[in-house]
Amino acid sequence: MVTGSLQEKEIKPKQTLEVTKLQELVYELKIEQVMTKKVITVSPEDSMRHFKDVLRLNRISGAPVMSGDELVGIISIEDLIKALESGDIDALVGQRMTTNVLTVFADETVIQAVNTFGRLGFGRLPVVKRDGKLVGILTQGDIARGLLRQLEVDYHEEEIHRYRASHIFEDIVSDQTGLILRYSVKPRDFSHCGEAASKLKRALQRLGASPNTVRRIAVASYEAETNLVIHTTNGGQLTAEIQPEKIRIVAVDQGPGIPDVEQALQPGFSTAPDWIRELGFGAGMGLSNIKACSDEMSLESKPGVGTRLHMIIRL
Amino acid sequence: MQKDPVTLREVVSKLSLSVQTGADKLDRKVSGGYASDLLSCVMARARKGNVWVTLQCHLNVVAVATLLELAGIIITEGATPDAATLAKASEEGVTILTTSKTTFEVVGELTDLGIQGRE
Repeated sequence: MVTGSLQEKEIKPKQTLEVTKLQELVYELKIEQVMTKKVITVSPEDSMRHFKDVLRLNRISGAPVMSGDELVGIISIEDLIKALESGDIDALVGQRMTTNVLTVFADETVIQAVNTFGRLGFGRLPVVKRDGKLVGILTQGDIARGLLRQLEVDYHEEEIHRYRASHIFEDIVSDQTGLILRYSVKPRDFSHCGEAASKLKRALQRLGASPNTVRRIAVASYEAETNLVIHTTNGGQLTAEIQPEKIRIVAVDQGPGIPDVEQALQPGFSTAPDWIRELGFGAGMGLSNIKACSDEMSLESKPGVGTRLHMIIRL
Repeated sequence: MQKDPVTLREVVSKLSLSVQTGADKLDRKVSGGYASDLLSCVMARARKGNVWVTLQCHLNVVAVATLLELAGIIITEGATPDAATLAKASEEGVTILTTSKTTFEVVGELTDLGIQGRE
Protein backbone atom coordinates (compact mmCIF):
# COMPACT_ATOMS: atom_id res chain seq x y z
CA MET A 1 0.00 0.00 0.00
CA VAL A 2 1.81 3.06 -1.24
CA THR A 3 -0.58 5.58 0.24
CA GLY A 4 -0.25 3.99 3.66
CA SER A 5 3.45 4.74 3.91
CA LEU A 6 2.97 8.28 2.63
CA GLN A 7 0.44 9.02 5.31
CA GLU A 8 2.70 7.66 8.02
CA LYS A 9 5.40 10.08 6.99
CA GLU A 10 3.09 13.03 7.25
CA ILE A 11 1.97 12.16 10.76
CA LYS A 12 5.49 11.73 12.10
CA PRO A 13 6.67 15.34 12.54
CA LYS A 14 4.18 15.78 15.38
CA GLN A 15 6.14 13.40 17.60
CA THR A 16 9.38 15.29 17.24
CA LEU A 17 8.81 18.38 19.29
CA GLU A 18 12.40 19.39 18.94
CA VAL A 19 13.24 21.96 16.32
CA THR A 20 16.93 22.01 15.67
CA LYS A 21 18.78 24.87 14.00
CA LEU A 22 18.96 22.82 10.80
CA GLN A 23 15.23 22.20 10.74
CA GLU A 24 14.66 25.88 11.29
CA LEU A 25 16.85 26.68 8.29
CA VAL A 26 15.00 24.17 6.12
CA TYR A 27 11.88 26.23 6.72
CA GLU A 28 13.59 29.59 6.23
CA LEU A 29 15.87 29.07 3.23
CA LYS A 30 14.40 29.50 -0.23
CA ILE A 31 15.13 26.97 -2.94
CA GLU A 32 16.70 29.70 -5.11
CA GLN A 33 19.28 30.28 -2.37
CA VAL A 34 20.62 26.72 -2.54
CA MET A 35 19.95 25.54 -6.12
CA THR A 36 22.61 25.28 -8.81
CA LYS A 37 21.96 28.17 -11.18
CA LYS A 38 24.07 26.99 -14.07
CA VAL A 39 21.84 24.33 -15.56
CA ILE A 40 23.18 21.94 -18.13
CA THR A 41 20.38 20.91 -20.45
CA VAL A 42 19.94 18.70 -23.49
CA SER A 43 17.53 18.90 -26.40
CA PRO A 44 15.01 16.18 -27.32
CA GLU A 45 16.76 15.95 -30.71
CA ASP A 46 20.12 15.07 -29.14
CA SER A 47 21.14 11.42 -29.26
CA MET A 48 21.60 9.33 -26.13
CA ARG A 49 25.25 9.02 -27.19
CA HIS A 50 25.56 12.80 -26.97
CA PHE A 51 23.78 12.75 -23.59
CA LYS A 52 26.37 10.21 -22.35
CA ASP A 53 29.16 12.68 -23.20
CA VAL A 54 27.29 15.53 -21.51
CA LEU A 55 27.08 13.52 -18.31
CA ARG A 56 30.74 12.50 -18.47
CA LEU A 57 32.16 15.93 -19.30
CA ASN A 58 30.10 17.78 -16.69
CA ARG A 59 30.24 15.07 -14.05
CA ILE A 60 26.48 15.12 -13.57
CA SER A 61 23.93 12.33 -13.44
CA GLY A 62 20.95 13.83 -15.22
CA ALA A 63 19.64 16.90 -17.05
CA PRO A 64 16.42 18.71 -17.91
CA VAL A 65 15.39 18.45 -21.54
CA MET A 66 14.64 21.80 -23.19
CA SER A 67 12.92 22.45 -26.46
CA GLY A 68 13.81 26.10 -26.99
CA ASP A 69 12.65 27.85 -23.84
CA GLU A 70 10.28 25.12 -22.84
CA LEU A 71 10.97 22.37 -20.34
CA VAL A 72 9.71 19.23 -22.05
CA GLY A 73 11.28 16.44 -20.02
CA ILE A 74 14.00 15.17 -17.75
CA ILE A 75 16.56 12.48 -18.39
CA SER A 76 18.91 10.65 -16.05
CA ILE A 77 21.83 8.24 -16.05
CA GLU A 78 19.30 5.49 -15.38
CA ASP A 79 17.62 6.18 -18.73
CA LEU A 80 21.07 6.01 -20.33
CA ILE A 81 21.83 2.63 -18.75
CA LYS A 82 18.51 1.27 -19.98
CA ALA A 83 19.26 2.55 -23.48
CA LEU A 84 22.69 0.94 -23.40
CA GLU A 85 21.23 -2.38 -22.20
CA SER A 86 18.79 -2.46 -25.04
CA GLY A 87 21.46 -1.44 -27.57
CA ASP A 88 19.61 1.78 -28.24
CA ILE A 89 22.43 4.27 -27.70
CA ASP A 90 21.59 6.13 -30.90
CA ALA A 91 17.97 6.74 -29.87
CA LEU A 92 16.98 10.35 -29.32
CA VAL A 93 16.74 11.90 -25.88
CA GLY A 94 13.13 12.77 -26.70
CA GLN A 95 12.29 9.07 -26.99
CA ARG A 96 13.94 8.08 -23.72
CA MET A 97 13.19 10.98 -21.39
CA THR A 98 10.52 11.23 -18.70
CA THR A 99 7.95 13.69 -19.97
CA ASN A 100 5.86 14.22 -16.89
CA VAL A 101 8.36 16.50 -15.10
CA LEU A 102 7.89 17.38 -11.47
CA THR A 103 9.31 20.82 -10.70
CA VAL A 104 9.67 23.04 -7.66
CA PHE A 105 9.29 26.82 -7.53
CA ALA A 106 12.32 28.99 -6.87
CA ASP A 107 10.54 30.96 -4.15
CA GLU A 108 9.38 27.92 -2.20
CA THR A 109 11.20 26.97 0.97
CA VAL A 110 13.71 24.13 1.01
CA ILE A 111 11.34 22.02 3.10
CA GLN A 112 9.07 21.58 0.04
CA ALA A 113 11.94 20.04 -1.90
CA VAL A 114 13.08 17.95 1.08
CA ASN A 115 9.57 16.48 1.27
CA THR A 116 9.45 15.79 -2.46
CA PHE A 117 12.86 14.12 -2.47
CA GLY A 118 11.89 12.06 0.56
CA ARG A 119 8.59 11.00 -0.94
CA LEU A 120 9.64 10.21 -4.49
CA GLY A 121 13.34 9.50 -4.26
CA PHE A 122 14.24 11.58 -7.34
CA GLY A 123 17.87 12.52 -7.88
CA ARG A 124 17.17 16.07 -9.05
CA LEU A 125 14.35 18.55 -9.47
CA PRO A 126 14.25 21.35 -12.05
CA VAL A 127 13.57 24.72 -10.43
CA VAL A 128 11.20 27.08 -12.22
CA LYS A 129 9.90 30.60 -11.68
CA ARG A 130 6.18 31.10 -11.22
CA ASP A 131 5.97 31.88 -14.97
CA GLY A 132 7.39 28.44 -15.76
CA LYS A 133 10.86 29.60 -16.79
CA LEU A 134 13.66 27.19 -15.84
CA VAL A 135 16.11 28.96 -13.50
CA GLY A 136 18.03 26.19 -11.77
CA ILE A 137 18.41 22.60 -10.76
CA LEU A 138 18.30 21.14 -7.30
CA THR A 139 19.86 17.97 -5.90
CA GLN A 140 20.00 16.74 -2.31
CA GLY A 141 23.68 17.67 -2.39
CA ASP A 142 22.74 21.28 -3.19
CA ILE A 143 20.47 21.31 -0.13
CA ALA A 144 23.19 19.92 2.16
CA ARG A 145 25.74 22.45 0.87
CA GLY A 146 23.25 25.32 1.15
CA LEU A 147 22.42 24.45 4.76
CA LEU A 148 26.08 24.22 5.73
CA ARG A 149 26.80 27.55 4.06
CA GLN A 150 23.91 29.22 5.90
CA LEU A 151 24.99 27.76 9.25
CA GLU A 152 28.39 29.26 8.69
CA VAL A 153 26.88 32.66 7.78
CA ASP A 154 24.76 32.61 10.96
CA TYR A 155 27.81 31.72 13.00
CA HIS A 156 29.82 34.58 11.52
CA GLU A 157 26.99 37.04 12.13
CA GLU A 158 26.93 36.08 15.80
CA GLU A 159 30.71 36.59 15.91
CA ILE A 160 30.36 40.02 14.31
CA HIS A 161 27.62 40.95 16.82
CA ARG A 162 29.94 39.91 19.59
CA TYR A 163 32.87 41.80 18.18
CA ARG A 164 30.89 45.00 17.72
CA ALA A 165 29.28 44.78 21.14
CA SER A 166 32.52 44.03 22.96
CA HIS A 167 34.13 47.16 21.51
CA ILE A 168 31.28 49.52 22.31
CA PHE A 169 33.12 51.08 25.23
CA GLU A 170 36.18 51.76 23.10
CA ASP A 171 34.17 53.01 20.13
CA ILE A 172 31.92 55.36 22.05
CA VAL A 173 33.86 57.76 24.20
CA SER A 174 32.49 59.97 26.94
CA ASP A 175 33.53 60.92 30.46
CA GLN A 176 31.30 58.22 31.77
CA THR A 177 29.81 55.76 29.28
CA GLY A 178 27.06 53.48 30.47
CA LEU A 179 24.66 51.14 28.77
CA ILE A 180 21.25 50.83 30.40
CA LEU A 181 19.07 47.77 29.91
CA ARG A 182 15.56 47.86 31.38
CA TYR A 183 13.25 44.91 31.79
CA SER A 184 9.63 44.99 32.97
CA VAL A 185 8.68 42.05 35.16
CA LYS A 186 5.04 41.06 35.57
CA PRO A 187 3.69 39.71 38.86
CA ARG A 188 2.88 35.95 39.12
CA ASP A 189 3.99 35.37 35.53
CA PHE A 190 5.96 32.20 36.22
CA SER A 191 6.06 31.14 32.60
CA HIS A 192 8.28 34.10 31.72
CA CYS A 193 10.19 34.19 34.96
CA GLY A 194 13.92 34.12 34.23
CA GLU A 195 13.65 35.74 30.81
CA ALA A 196 14.94 39.13 31.89
CA ALA A 197 17.93 37.43 33.51
CA SER A 198 18.48 35.37 30.35
CA LYS A 199 18.42 38.44 28.12
CA LEU A 200 20.79 40.30 30.41
CA LYS A 201 23.11 37.33 30.45
CA ARG A 202 23.19 37.16 26.66
CA ALA A 203 23.88 40.89 26.43
CA LEU A 204 26.82 40.54 28.81
CA GLN A 205 28.22 37.61 26.87
CA ARG A 206 28.14 39.71 23.72
CA LEU A 207 29.82 42.54 25.54
CA GLY A 208 32.62 40.14 26.31
CA ALA A 209 32.22 39.86 30.11
CA SER A 210 34.15 37.00 31.71
CA PRO A 211 32.24 33.75 32.28
CA ASN A 212 32.59 34.13 36.05
CA THR A 213 31.13 37.65 36.00
CA VAL A 214 28.33 36.55 33.70
CA ARG A 215 27.48 33.74 36.09
CA ARG A 216 27.35 36.02 39.13
CA ILE A 217 25.12 38.50 37.33
CA ALA A 218 22.91 35.73 35.96
CA VAL A 219 22.32 34.33 39.46
CA ALA A 220 21.79 37.75 41.09
CA SER A 221 19.46 39.06 38.39
CA TYR A 222 17.51 35.80 38.29
CA GLU A 223 16.87 35.98 42.03
CA ALA A 224 15.88 39.65 41.81
CA GLU A 225 13.55 38.91 38.90
CA THR A 226 12.02 35.96 40.75
CA ASN A 227 11.34 38.16 43.77
CA LEU A 228 9.47 40.63 41.57
CA VAL A 229 7.39 37.79 40.09
CA ILE A 230 6.58 36.13 43.41
CA HIS A 231 6.15 38.99 45.84
CA THR A 232 5.12 42.22 44.16
CA THR A 233 1.62 43.60 43.83
CA ASN A 234 2.05 45.01 40.34
CA GLY A 235 5.38 43.66 39.19
CA GLY A 236 8.43 45.84 38.88
CA GLN A 237 11.43 46.90 36.87
CA LEU A 238 14.83 45.34 36.60
CA THR A 239 17.49 47.73 35.38
CA ALA A 240 21.09 46.96 34.59
CA GLU A 241 23.55 49.78 34.04
CA ILE A 242 26.67 48.45 32.39
CA GLN A 243 29.81 50.56 32.73
CA PRO A 244 33.34 49.70 31.66
CA GLU A 245 34.38 48.84 35.22
CA LYS A 246 31.18 47.76 36.94
CA ILE A 247 27.58 46.72 36.55
CA ARG A 248 24.82 48.19 38.68
CA ILE A 249 21.58 46.26 38.89
CA VAL A 250 18.48 47.78 40.45
CA ALA A 251 15.17 46.03 41.06
CA VAL A 252 12.32 48.39 41.94
CA ASP A 253 8.68 47.75 42.75
CA GLN A 254 5.72 49.67 44.14
CA GLY A 255 4.64 47.32 46.86
CA PRO A 256 3.74 45.66 49.08
CA GLY A 257 7.09 46.41 50.77
CA ILE A 258 9.03 44.42 53.37
CA PRO A 259 8.11 45.01 57.05
CA ASP A 260 11.44 43.79 58.48
CA VAL A 261 14.37 44.16 56.10
CA GLU A 262 16.93 42.71 58.58
CA GLN A 263 14.85 39.56 58.94
CA ALA A 264 14.33 39.25 55.18
CA LEU A 265 18.10 39.24 54.68
CA GLN A 266 18.59 36.24 56.99
CA PRO A 267 19.49 33.12 54.95
CA GLY A 268 16.55 30.72 54.95
CA PHE A 269 13.96 33.27 56.04
CA SER A 270 10.94 32.76 53.82
CA THR A 271 7.39 34.01 53.61
CA ALA A 272 6.49 31.72 50.75
CA PRO A 273 3.12 29.97 50.84
CA ASP A 274 2.98 26.24 50.06
CA TRP A 275 2.03 26.63 46.41
CA ILE A 276 5.13 28.75 45.80
CA ARG A 277 7.30 26.19 47.59
CA GLU A 278 5.85 23.43 45.48
CA LEU A 279 7.20 25.21 42.43
CA GLY A 280 10.65 25.06 43.98
CA PHE A 281 10.75 28.71 44.99
CA GLY A 282 10.70 30.12 48.48
CA ALA A 283 13.88 28.55 49.85
CA GLY A 284 14.64 31.79 51.61
CA MET A 285 17.99 31.94 49.85
CA GLY A 286 17.24 34.52 47.15
CA LEU A 287 18.61 37.59 48.89
CA SER A 288 21.54 35.58 50.29
CA ASN A 289 22.40 34.44 46.78
CA ILE A 290 22.28 38.03 45.56
CA LYS A 291 24.54 39.12 48.40
CA ALA A 292 27.01 36.31 47.68
CA CYS A 293 27.15 37.23 44.00
CA SER A 294 27.53 40.99 44.30
CA ASP A 295 30.32 43.22 45.56
CA GLU A 296 27.88 45.67 47.10
CA MET A 297 24.25 45.21 47.92
CA SER A 298 21.58 47.26 49.64
CA LEU A 299 17.90 46.75 50.25
CA GLU A 300 15.51 49.55 51.12
CA SER A 301 11.83 49.00 51.68
CA LYS A 302 8.77 50.67 53.11
CA PRO A 303 5.51 48.78 53.62
CA GLY A 304 2.82 50.25 51.44
CA VAL A 305 5.36 52.10 49.29
CA GLY A 306 7.72 49.63 47.71
CA THR A 307 11.15 48.05 47.64
CA ARG A 308 14.42 48.98 46.00
CA LEU A 309 17.18 46.41 45.71
CA HIS A 310 20.53 47.71 44.58
CA MET A 311 23.62 45.69 43.72
CA ILE A 312 26.99 46.33 42.17
CA ILE A 313 29.23 43.80 40.53
CA ARG A 314 32.71 45.01 39.66
CA LEU A 315 34.25 43.78 36.44
CA MET B 1 45.18 8.95 35.53
CA GLN B 2 42.29 11.33 34.85
CA LYS B 3 39.34 9.64 33.23
CA ASP B 4 37.54 11.32 30.35
CA PRO B 5 34.35 13.10 31.44
CA VAL B 6 31.21 11.05 30.99
CA THR B 7 28.80 12.22 28.26
CA LEU B 8 25.05 12.61 28.67
CA ARG B 9 24.64 9.73 26.22
CA GLU B 10 26.45 7.36 28.56
CA VAL B 11 24.35 8.61 31.47
CA VAL B 12 21.16 8.00 29.48
CA SER B 13 22.16 4.46 28.54
CA LYS B 14 23.61 3.41 31.91
CA LEU B 15 20.66 4.76 33.91
CA SER B 16 18.04 3.81 31.28
CA LEU B 17 16.64 7.35 31.20
CA SER B 18 14.09 8.48 28.65
CA VAL B 19 15.06 11.47 26.58
CA GLN B 20 12.28 14.07 26.49
CA THR B 21 14.10 16.93 24.79
CA GLY B 22 17.56 17.72 23.46
CA ALA B 23 18.23 14.34 21.86
CA ASP B 24 20.82 16.07 19.66
CA LYS B 25 22.74 17.39 22.66
CA LEU B 26 23.67 14.03 24.18
CA ASP B 27 27.34 14.39 23.34
CA ARG B 28 27.71 17.06 26.01
CA LYS B 29 30.27 16.26 28.67
CA VAL B 30 29.02 16.11 32.23
CA SER B 31 31.26 18.19 34.50
CA GLY B 32 29.60 17.05 37.73
CA GLY B 33 26.26 16.69 39.41
CA TYR B 34 23.90 18.53 41.72
CA ALA B 35 20.61 17.51 43.31
CA SER B 36 17.96 19.74 44.88
CA ASP B 37 14.36 20.76 44.37
CA LEU B 38 14.87 24.32 45.56
CA LEU B 39 15.69 26.56 42.65
CA SER B 40 17.66 29.08 44.69
CA CYS B 41 19.94 26.33 45.97
CA VAL B 42 20.49 25.15 42.42
CA MET B 43 21.24 28.71 41.31
CA ALA B 44 23.79 29.04 44.09
CA ARG B 45 25.53 25.69 43.87
CA ALA B 46 25.11 23.96 40.49
CA ARG B 47 27.93 24.59 38.03
CA LYS B 48 28.16 24.91 34.27
CA GLY B 49 27.99 21.50 32.61
CA ASN B 50 26.48 19.80 35.66
CA VAL B 51 23.65 17.37 35.45
CA TRP B 52 20.83 18.42 37.80
CA VAL B 53 18.69 15.83 39.52
CA THR B 54 15.27 17.03 40.72
CA LEU B 55 11.62 16.13 40.85
CA GLN B 56 10.59 19.66 39.90
CA CYS B 57 9.21 19.61 36.40
CA HIS B 58 7.58 22.99 35.78
CA LEU B 59 8.68 25.64 33.32
CA ASN B 60 11.18 27.32 35.59
CA VAL B 61 13.62 24.40 35.65
CA VAL B 62 14.31 25.28 32.01
CA ALA B 63 15.12 28.89 32.92
CA VAL B 64 17.51 27.75 35.65
CA ALA B 65 19.21 25.20 33.40
CA THR B 66 19.63 27.81 30.65
CA LEU B 67 21.04 30.46 32.95
CA LEU B 68 23.55 28.05 34.47
CA GLU B 69 24.33 26.28 31.17
CA LEU B 70 23.72 22.90 32.74
CA ALA B 71 24.43 19.77 30.70
CA GLY B 72 20.95 18.44 31.41
CA ILE B 73 18.14 17.85 33.89
CA ILE B 74 17.14 14.44 35.24
CA ILE B 75 13.55 14.51 36.50
CA THR B 76 12.89 11.69 38.96
CA GLU B 77 9.99 9.70 40.45
CA GLY B 78 8.09 9.49 37.18
CA ALA B 79 7.21 13.18 37.15
CA THR B 80 6.44 14.38 33.62
CA PRO B 81 6.92 17.95 32.43
CA ASP B 82 3.96 19.51 30.65
CA ALA B 83 3.94 20.41 26.96
CA ALA B 84 4.85 24.07 27.59
CA THR B 85 7.92 23.06 29.57
CA LEU B 86 9.04 20.59 26.90
CA ALA B 87 8.50 23.15 24.15
CA LYS B 88 10.54 25.76 26.02
CA ALA B 89 13.29 23.22 26.70
CA SER B 90 13.46 22.35 23.00
CA GLU B 91 13.61 26.02 22.11
CA GLU B 92 16.45 26.70 24.57
CA GLY B 93 18.32 23.50 23.75
CA VAL B 94 17.96 22.11 27.26
CA THR B 95 18.11 18.33 27.60
CA ILE B 96 15.39 16.89 29.83
CA LEU B 97 15.68 13.26 30.88
CA THR B 98 13.08 11.42 32.94
CA THR B 99 13.04 8.27 35.07
CA SER B 100 10.79 6.50 37.55
CA LYS B 101 13.74 6.07 39.94
CA THR B 102 14.08 8.22 43.05
CA THR B 103 16.55 11.09 43.29
CA PHE B 104 18.59 9.04 45.78
CA GLU B 105 18.89 6.10 43.39
CA VAL B 106 19.83 8.34 40.46
CA VAL B 107 22.53 10.15 42.42
CA GLY B 108 23.93 6.79 43.54
CA GLU B 109 24.15 5.56 39.96
CA LEU B 110 25.70 8.83 38.76
CA THR B 111 28.35 8.47 41.47
CA ASP B 112 29.06 4.93 40.26
CA LEU B 113 29.65 6.42 36.80
CA GLY B 114 32.33 8.65 38.30
CA ILE B 115 30.27 11.86 38.27
CA GLN B 116 31.06 13.91 41.33
CA GLY B 117 29.31 16.62 43.26
CA ARG B 118 32.36 18.43 44.56
CA GLU B 119 32.81 22.03 43.52
